[in-house]
Amino acid sequence: MTLQHVVHPAEIPGSLVAPGAPPILQATAIEKYFGTARVLRGCSMTVFPGETVTILGRSGSGKSTFLRCLNFLEEPSAGVVEISGVRVEADPLRPRHEKASARIRQLRLHAGMVFQEFNLFPHLSVLGNLIEAPIHVKRLPRKEAIELAEGFLAKVGLSEKRDEYPSRLSGGQRQRVAIARALTMEPEVLLFDEPTSALDPSLVGEVLKVMESLAHEGRTMIVVTHEMAFAREAADRVYFMSDGEFVEIGPPQNVISDPQDERTQDFLARFLRA
Amino acid sequence: MNQQLATDIMDARRQRGRVWRTQFMVMWGVIVAALLAFILVTIRLDSDFIQKWLPFILTGVPVTIFVALISIFFASILATLGALGRVSRSPYLNAIASFYVSFFRGTPLLLQILFIYLALPQAGIVLPALPTGIVALSLNYGAYLTEIFRSGIEAVPHGQTEAAQSLGMSDRTTFRRIIVPQAFRIVTPAIGNDFVAMLKDSSLVSVVGVQELLWRAQAAGRPTFQSMQTLLVAALVYWILTIVFSFFQNRLERKMATGDRTPERSR
Ligand SMILES: Nc1ncnc2c1ncn2[C@@H]1O[C@H](COP(=O)(O)OP(=O)(O)OP(=O)(O)O)[C@@H](O)[C@H]1O
Ligand SMILES: [Mg+2]
Repeated sequence: MTLQHVVHPAEIPGSLVAPGAPPILQATAIEKYFGTARVLRGCSMTVFPGETVTILGRSGSGKSTFLRCLNFLEEPSAGVVEISGVRVEADPLRPRHEKASARIRQLRLHAGMVFQEFNLFPHLSVLGNLIEAPIHVKRLPRKEAIELAEGFLAKVGLSEKRDEYPSRLSGGQRQRVAIARALTMEPEVLLFDEPTSALDPSLVGEVLKVMESLAHEGRTMIVVTHEMAFAREAADRVYFMSDGEFVEIGPPQNVISDPQDERTQDFLARFLRA
Repeated sequence: MNQQLATDIMDARRQRGRVWRTQFMVMWGVIVAALLAFILVTIRLDSDFIQKWLPFILTGVPVTIFVALISIFFASILATLGALGRVSRSPYLNAIASFYVSFFRGTPLLLQILFIYLALPQAGIVLPALPTGIVALSLNYGAYLTEIFRSGIEAVPHGQTEAAQSLGMSDRTTFRRIIVPQAFRIVTPAIGNDFVAMLKDSSLVSVVGVQELLWRAQAAGRPTFQSMQTLLVAALVYWILTIVFSFFQNRLERKMATGDRTPERSR
């Protein structure tokens, strides 16, 4: 089956995307083997500035692996990733040399990531978590970094937790700090890997609210999630993954409300029943 | 009615706890009394003798503490270098570090002390007694601490590295700013632990003539065959030292394990 993976932004109703804008992220033919297991089978994705894309799919289908390939936390076995003009080709056979590492770091600067398990730095205060990378990667003066951090803390509604340590925050607060931490590097694209899955159900809402506001202000986001409501409301486009392939791609009103592929239908039917 | 039962159960449990603690303390008392009786029966407690030699023996205490402190300091530095070698990607550094650990953990500390003092002069390296003791203790404990430091580094969850990398940090920055501070918290109690052990192992350097606690106790007792008295004094002093430092070490451990510095829980 051939898939047209590019849905032009102009076709998306209500999209903030300027028609004719060049894509900000392009992943082409990403393959990933773990040992001999083929976990990704030629996945491609194109994202335009300001879009929110969600990836849905059953557990173990390869969603996280794909997302982690986008910033090379997982080195793809084959394929190319280009984010905001930084292009990195998979080169798994040779040891990574300093030049390649620098390029991958460049790529990562354009793609902030939010993890399911937050991964805040426990030895640093909330503010410390936020200013660490701006100071030690971007070499911002401390004062500027703090100003920047305070702005993003306010945005996620946690200004008063500035000097608290992560262990004293609720899960929802931790994830909001993690989002603010990713934002302080001012990345063009935000990657979220099931940001609410480790949370108590009562805490999911506050995190989704922050994510929705980010989507509405025109940030480019790629979100792996099981939150169907979020996918339906906030996403411009939904990618449905099954066994390492994107088998259905389109606006949520198609993929979620009127799926064509039987694997998508099956997944959604189970999901709604659950 | 139910309320009453709950209080009764709690009272009974508390009562059992009190009885247990009393029995525990009584048993300690019995052991100590038996020991004292044994000492008093076998030897005459010559207070003149003790008074004469006690200051001489106690002069060894600062030496013991000094040797242990300075050796744990150098051991920590060696262990830092060793652990860096063990976690580096370089096969050469790994080989050097693992050889170091293997050799110094695989041979007796006493032999290492004697080797430096007696054998190295044949190669033209002559060290006085005190430096010999410090070098041997540092090398030996450094080898054990290397493995502890390495496991401390490896105990930092992989998610920390991933978060740092996703923010664009280089391997070096990640290690220095994210991994090391967390590993340090993990291993600090182990350093304290080894320090308490070192207080006792430092007695081994008496064989080359460092005038620390054990050397002095031996020197005082031997000429007049009164080693029972002097060695008992030394034992008591070591015992008190370990109790005192263990107390601080426990407090340190508890401080490291609680409060703001705990690794975050996942929920
Ligand atoms: N480091 C790894 N080594 C070996 N196999 C792996 C590794 N990471 C993932 N896999 C395998 O790759 C497949 C895809 O995993 P992945 O985590 O991408 O799935 P997922 O879609 O994110 O699932 P979930 O919804 O449970 O998070 C799974 O079969 C998994 O067992
Ligand atoms: Mg996953």
